[in-house]
Amino acid sequence: MTKQIIVPFGPQHPVLPEPIHLDLVLEDERVVDAIPSIGYIHRGFEKLVEKREYPEYVYIAERTCGICSFIHGATYCQGIEQIMNLDVPERAQYLRVIWSEYSRMHSHLLWMGLFADSFGFENLFMNAFRIRERILDVMEQTTGGRVIQGSCKIGGVRRDISNEKLDEMHRDLDSIEREIRDLTTVFLQDDSIKHRLRNVGRLSKEDAYHLGASGPTARGSGVAIDLRKTGYGAYGKLSFQLVTDSCGDCYGRCAVRAKELFTSIDLIRQATQKIPDGPIDIKVTGVPNGEFFARAEQPRGELVHYIKGNGTKFLVRSRIRTPTLTNIPPLVRMLQGCELADVPVIVLSIDPCISCTER
Amino acid sequence: MIRVAYFEMTKTAIKTLLSTPATILYPAQPAKKTALSRGHVTIDESRCISCGTCQRKCPSQAIVVSKEAKTWQIDRLRCVVCNSCVDTCPVKCLFMDTQYSSPVIARSVEVIAITYVKPVKPEKKDEASA
Repeated sequence: MTKQIIVPFGPQHPVLPEPIHLDLVLEDERVVDAIPSIGYIHRGFEKLVEKREYPEYVYIAERTCGICSFIHGATYCQGIEQIMNLDVPERAQYLRVIWSEYSRMHSHLLWMGLFADSFGFENLFMNAFRIRERILDVMEQTTGGRVIQGSCKIGGVRRDISNEKLDEMHRDLDSIEREIRDLTTVFLQDDSIKHRLRNVGRLSKEDAYHLGASGPTARGSGVAIDLRKTGYGAYGKLSFQLVTDSCGDCYGRCAVRAKELFTSIDLIRQATQKIPDGPIDIKVTGVPNGEFFARAEQPRGELVHYIKGNGTKFLVRSRIRTPTLTNIPPLVRMLQGCELADVPVIVLSIDPCISCTER
Repeated sequence: MIRVAYFEMTKTAIKTLLSTPATILYPAQPAKKTALSRGHVTIDESRCISCGTCQRKCPSQAIVVSKEAKTWQIDRLRCVVCNSCVDTCPVKCLFMDTQYSSPVIARSVEVIAITYVKPVKPEKKDEASA
């Protein structure tokens, strides 16, 4: 039997945007097991809920993650609104969908850039970030923040988008779509990329389901789960195709994210056309008393905010379960049996967001 | 026929070569800002009534208002520029500037003296004595 050695991977590693540590058990160059450990950037967000009034906690909930921040804020608001039985105006719900989808696009583009970087395609990385910048510009023009939008509040949204601006956004999507199509063609057609990603980090459909994979990691293995299909917010009034891929390897997960960019563009187009006129928020009185599991689809998968209030201005419990946490067991399975040189690509393929995971 | 797709990137590369750079020459050219951009909070000290709403609504506890000393303090490094104080100020004396606050080499608290003077109400004429 070959002698086993343990090689530490992370928490600081050139391909890792955030700190996660993996102890890789190797036999020669082959990984036989991986032992993950997290806990480098725990910030105590869930405890902070006891010290801040529930309307102000929206700003803190949003800062859980620096990439899918808007969806964190919106999910927290959804939870409070359900507990307090608030009827959010339809225009606000559509605006939430628009900003959520722009967030998804910017997150996927960021991931595609980092992924390209992980397999050494530097100028594809730059290209992805250049397109992402256009999405961030729209975010800044409409909310005031590039990555921390801060436009969600309990009972609606804080800012409206004028109908002229919505039309302009609708028109701009055409050129953004063209640029994204050029980018995704490289990802999906280029032979060198295919060669690098095909059959790397395989995850079977059964494993993906039983190990609790979520988001593009699950869909890349053929598990058709998307929280948006449950129709929360205004998603019920919009139609879209669920993107899945049966490969279950790194290429499959990349293809799902690439195709989801077009789903997001399509959803924004529909939302900008269907958005009704009307108020964007309602007056909120009273305090939350009760508990609720708010769920939403983040770029990385299913996000859960558990919120419990006791009839005071301060909540008693807030628990955030992020998709990366559930994607770590599938990651360990993908790593078993791979080559050491493939580890960075496989780790990046689940789109790890460790700051979210540790809160 | 086997299609060799090694040069998918070439189209993008040629396009990029023929177009203007996507980046700007910062700081020679100012950074892009929009009317809504959140840079830093400013105060019109002549209108602040020292009510302390901004202090209570600040999620990062960056603002301290002292009614006695008539000061409004902000710790720029604590401030997360969420716009909460600007939205909730009852007299609308807080504003969001689009430029970021200037870099510092040490942590400090910015103290601003409030110059607001409560207008004296004109005394009511005692109609009965007139």
